[in-house]
Amino acid sequence: MAELPNKSLADRAYHIRRNAVLMGEVQGQGYIAQALDIADVLAVAYFHAMTYRPEDPEWEGRDRFLLSNGHYAIALYAALIEAGILPENELETYGSDDSRLPMSGMAQYTPGMEMSGGSLGIGLSIAVGKCLGLKRKGSSSRVYTLFSDGELDEGSVWEAILSAAHHKLDNLIAIVDINNMQADGPSTQMMGFEPLKEKLEAFGWFTQRIDGNDLDAVVAAFDAAKAHPGPQPRMIIADTLMGKGVPFLETRDKSHFIRVDAHEWQLALQALDAGRSA
Amino acid sequence: MKPKFSPPAPGKPRLTTSAMIASIAADGQATKPAPFGHALVEIASTRPDIVGMTADLGKYTDLHIFAKAYPDRFYQMGMAEQLLFGAAGGLASEGFTPFATTYAVFASRRAYDFIHQTIAEEDRDVKIVAALPGLTSGYGPSHQAAEDLALFRAMPNMVVVDPCDALDTEQATAAIAAHKGPVYMRLLRGNVPMVLDEYAYSFELGKAKLLRDGRDVLVISSGILTMRALEAAKALAKDKVSLGVLHCPTIKPLDVETIRREAAKSGRLVVVAENHTEIGGLGEAVARDLMLNGIHPAFRHIALPDEFLGAGALPTLHDRYGISTEAIVATIKGWLG
Repeated sequence: MAELPNKSLADRAYHIRRNAVLMGEVQGQGYIAQALDIADVLAVAYFHAMTYRPEDPEWEGRDRFLLSNGHYAIALYAALIEAGILPENELETYGSDDSRLPMSGMAQYTPGMEMSGGSLGIGLSIAVGKCLGLKRKGSSSRVYTLFSDGELDEGSVWEAILSAAHHKLDNLIAIVDINNMQADGPSTQMMGFEPLKEKLEAFGWFTQRIDGNDLDAVVAAFDAAKAHPGPQPRMIIADTLMGKGVPFLETRDKSHFIRVDAHEWQLALQALDAGRSA
Repeated sequence: MKPKFSPPAPGKPRLTTSAMIASIAADGQATKPAPFGHALVEIASTRPDIVGMTADLGKYTDLHIFAKAYPDRFYQMGMAEQLLFGAAGGLASEGFTPFATTYAVFASRRAYDFIHQTIAEEDRDVKIVAALPGLTSGYGPSHQAAEDLALFRAMPNMVVVDPCDALDTEQATAAIAAHKGPVYMRLLRGNVPMVLDEYAYSFELGKAKLLRDGRDVLVISSGILTMRALEAAKALAKDKVSLGVLHCPTIKPLDVETIRREAAKSGRLVVVAENHTEIGGLGEAVARDLMLNGIHPAFRHIALPDEFLGAGALPTLHDRYGISTEAIVATIKGWLG
């Protein structure tokens, strides 16, 4: 086996994907393709970029991670389990009655979940307020905010984009997942947002566009976002592949909310294992 | 259908709409300038957690006074109400207590989901202070928040306050600052009438207060309709009609004990009067509680009709929609027969 770069991060990403597939199996369906596409970004966020204490998820000195696209909760739970913030045995409760892991992320339910997402287009506005608040407190903590390409359709996102630049929120690192799929079809066909990097640069953001499934590129982007010396808020545009890591899901007709047959969950786990040792 | 032009009635002055945020004070009425802004400055002197935020309406919500006193604690968020309330939720999540101001139409209608999700659902300590509540602008439905109380009553965790005058506004500002959790407060700004200083009254969050007792009619009211009810009481006294006024500035949670006790006193017509659409405000809240508790007085409701209201001068509109003092007096006389 060839020595993989960032091997430990690749291992983290594998476990995040595995946790997500196991949760998907509980429901039999869900936002599993998104979880697979964003696993590399979450691996770098939680195991390379961010500062936090797993045993004390509300530690004041932590970096904040906001999940604006609440339906990606399955992916974040998978990362929180891998990070030791959530116990692994709660995985089997995903989306079940009385679980702390509802289908859409909610601040009141889950340790490590900083906001109630799901009403899309809200996260960046909260992030602006949190960044202003952290600066008021003299805190060096950063606010990481993940949102989806579909949310670029929402006017409120652009309000927040204007505002973050206006207020020079250099403690904000936003990541937009460009998987080119939203509820009614491919995102670029629902409401064109390209050229996105040029747009965001014109709005005053330090902007990078990367392959969000290339761990080295993701690491470099987070490092550059943290190290950038200017007062601009930072945006990472992450182009991702839905279903990444499970070939038969990567090539399946894409949809926002996919069904996976009962026997396929085991095949998905096997595909992840195969990819890990490839 | 667009209305036809009608020339002014002979001998009757044609009033003009005036400024968007024209004073509600009557000619010669005692007023106090910017009671909310000055009260907030005083409260914030011992509360470093309090910050002020607005969406391009600082001057029109009296928050400019706070901004001048504490420039480094004031956030101008631009004309972006969804951002305003989302960011207020974010600041609250970091331990601050934002007072976020705009017009009631924008808080209630444009930013409703943002308030619902980032403030109420997360139970954040944000005070939403909204000018031009109900019918207090002559600029038409774009600026008339006739349904704001209904919308915020329907939101879990939200406390809803509708002060009557300058004294009420000052005291309510202190009370909501002391309350932990989200609050929606209707704002009277500019030169605000001072009325309640004549009465043995102080604002208490969640309490209704009997301002004057009456044998024939009990008016249960909030906001500027309490002011109108007190004027109506004086006018009706000349006709030997005795009218009591129970001021209920906290719409939610409602002081149901006081309301039940007063409404249960026999022989009085109970009238709920509010500067709000007849749907979903104080009137329906009181009626529901009384019915559920077996209290069945003769009951009437003075409120704005379920229609898009007109443009024009406020006194004209208040007459047209039945919430001027004269209209209230006439309506109650009609009910008494």
